[in-house]
Amino acid sequence: MAAEKRVVFRSRWLPWALLAPQGAVIAVFFFWPAGQALVQSFQQSDAFGTSVEWVGLDNFRNLFDDPAYLASFWTTALFSVLVAGIGLVLSLLLALFADRVIKGSGIYRTLLIWPYAVAPAVAGVLWMFMFAPSVGILSYLLEQAGIEWNFLLNGAQAMTLIVTAAVWKQLSYNFLFFLAGLQAIPKSLVEAAAIDGAHPWRRFWSIQFPLLSPITFFLLVINVVYAFFDTFAIVDASTQGGPGKDTAILVYKVYYDGFKALDLGGSAAQSVVLMAIVVALTVIQFRFVEKRVTY
Amino acid sequence: MVERRPWLTLLAHLVLLLGVAAVALPVYITFVASTRSSDEIIHPPMPMTPGTHLVENYRGALEGTREGPGSKAPVARMMWISLVTALSIAIGKIAISLLSAFAIVYFRFRFRQAAFWAIFVTLMLPVEVRIAPTYKVVADLGLLNTYAGLTVPLLASATATFLFRQFFMTVPDELVEAARVDGAGPMRFFKDVLVPLSSTSIAALFVIQFIYGWNQYLWPLLVTTDESMYPVVIGIKRMISGGDAQTEWSAVMATAMLAMIPPAIVVMLMQKWFVKGLVDTEK
Repeated sequence: MAAEKRVVFRSRWLPWALLAPQGAVIAVFFFWPAGQALVQSFQQSDAFGTSVEWVGLDNFRNLFDDPAYLASFWTTALFSVLVAGIGLVLSLLLALFADRVIKGSGIYRTLLIWPYAVAPAVAGVLWMFMFAPSVGILSYLLEQAGIEWNFLLNGAQAMTLIVTAAVWKQLSYNFLFFLAGLQAIPKSLVEAAAIDGAHPWRRFWSIQFPLLSPITFFLLVINVVYAFFDTFAIVDASTQGGPGKDTAILVYKVYYDGFKALDLGGSAAQSVVLMAIVVALTVIQFRFVEKRVTY
Repeated sequence: MVERRPWLTLLAHLVLLLGVAAVALPVYITFVASTRSSDEIIHPPMPMTPGTHLVENYRGALEGTREGPGSKAPVARMMWISLVTALSIAIGKIAISLLSAFAIVYFRFRFRQAAFWAIFVTLMLPVEVRIAPTYKVVADLGLLNTYAGLTVPLLASATATFLFRQFFMTVPDELVEAARVDGAGPMRFFKDVLVPLSSTSIAALFVIQFIYGWNQYLWPLLVTTDESMYPVVIGIKRMISGGDAQTEWSAVMATAMLAMIPPAIVVMLMQKWFVKGLVDTEK
């Protein structure tokens, strides 16, 4: 809050009245539940909620001793690396070419951005249908090619399914930001290099890619956050964490342990760990934004 | 561009066309499946051209008269729920964020910084990390299976508040002074000057928040247990009944098409605002 208004209104009660709606919502639905999660993470209660007992850090200790939880960490890490990596490369490629063509670039943009409007859960269902064993069109083609395809049994194939759906859904977002970034690069820079005889490939690596690096980094953080949190719907609608626990990412596990297995203490401890991750990611993102502003 | 490389331009068009096709493929297949009978779908390979069951499938889904396993709630009702939810979330968020940004920018009061930070911190508490306790609050308040339960907990938005705060900071002070000289109070200034000036930001935010509200999944999954309160995104999920061959795919795919159409139309028609909203909310 660096900048301040010089001219302000004066009132004792009005600002509080104006803040009241937002304040009420965040107090009741944000701070109170987050506090509860924090408290519960130090408690152990039975499934019926009749007895509650303080157990200190036991929930966390159990969590990090639990191979299933550590496995879920690895699953999430692998998933977010794949989603962010593949998604960024593909969308940068499309943005580079869309920046190059002059005729029809508006049409390409329109045709590439609409998946943003598709709900993640619907994206999950669409891709699950195409990959469905014995029904889906893609699994049929794969079987014709001699690949045994059943994501209900094969963990790697289930991961392929959710990564594909997640990348497809996020492509439009990344594409828009890359395209905006490319169009913000002064044409004179690229043209000067072209006159000096630099090939398109060389121009990309020496001019466009370095100048895009702030946007690339920003998108990297956004995509990791997306893979961590917003992909719950894709997983729940397609693989439901299966087969076994092969696609149970952290967010899915919080939901599953809290609502299906009714382990409230364990689920709350997982919530606290996730909160720590969000805080870390938000701090990284904001430090970066500050830097970008001072460029 | 200063050079001519016809081959590269051709390649660019090819890659872009390929990209467009890859992006459109799942939706095309969904559309085809929604015009075929379930028998035609489950015997591979599925035909790649639209069939003759379009009207029948969509009517069956909308009215809930289809056959087969899974939830049979009418999709028309679900679409209505989704529409009400998305509109309430978008309008509610914009309204409460405008008010609180106005308070933070245009007033000096004790704990102003604290209020600012309290809103800021909510960025770090997405619904996914506090689902169980938030669910309990909503259940205790008796809001399960109600519109209020579906929308109110999602109303607070730090991003919208920041966006408006950012914009208000750029509004010239002279406007406030002029309003004062003319004898306008703070609410008059807010209503007649600030809100009309913000209309571009409001439109941009509306597109983003409408899509956000329409596409909600985790939260409605928790707070709706009654078929008559399912939003359409949840409805699709409830129609899929475990075993893949059992699922009534033609109805599921018709519902998926119906679920995609409203937000896709909003994005295509309001593309300018959509792009602006996307870029602004991430600043």
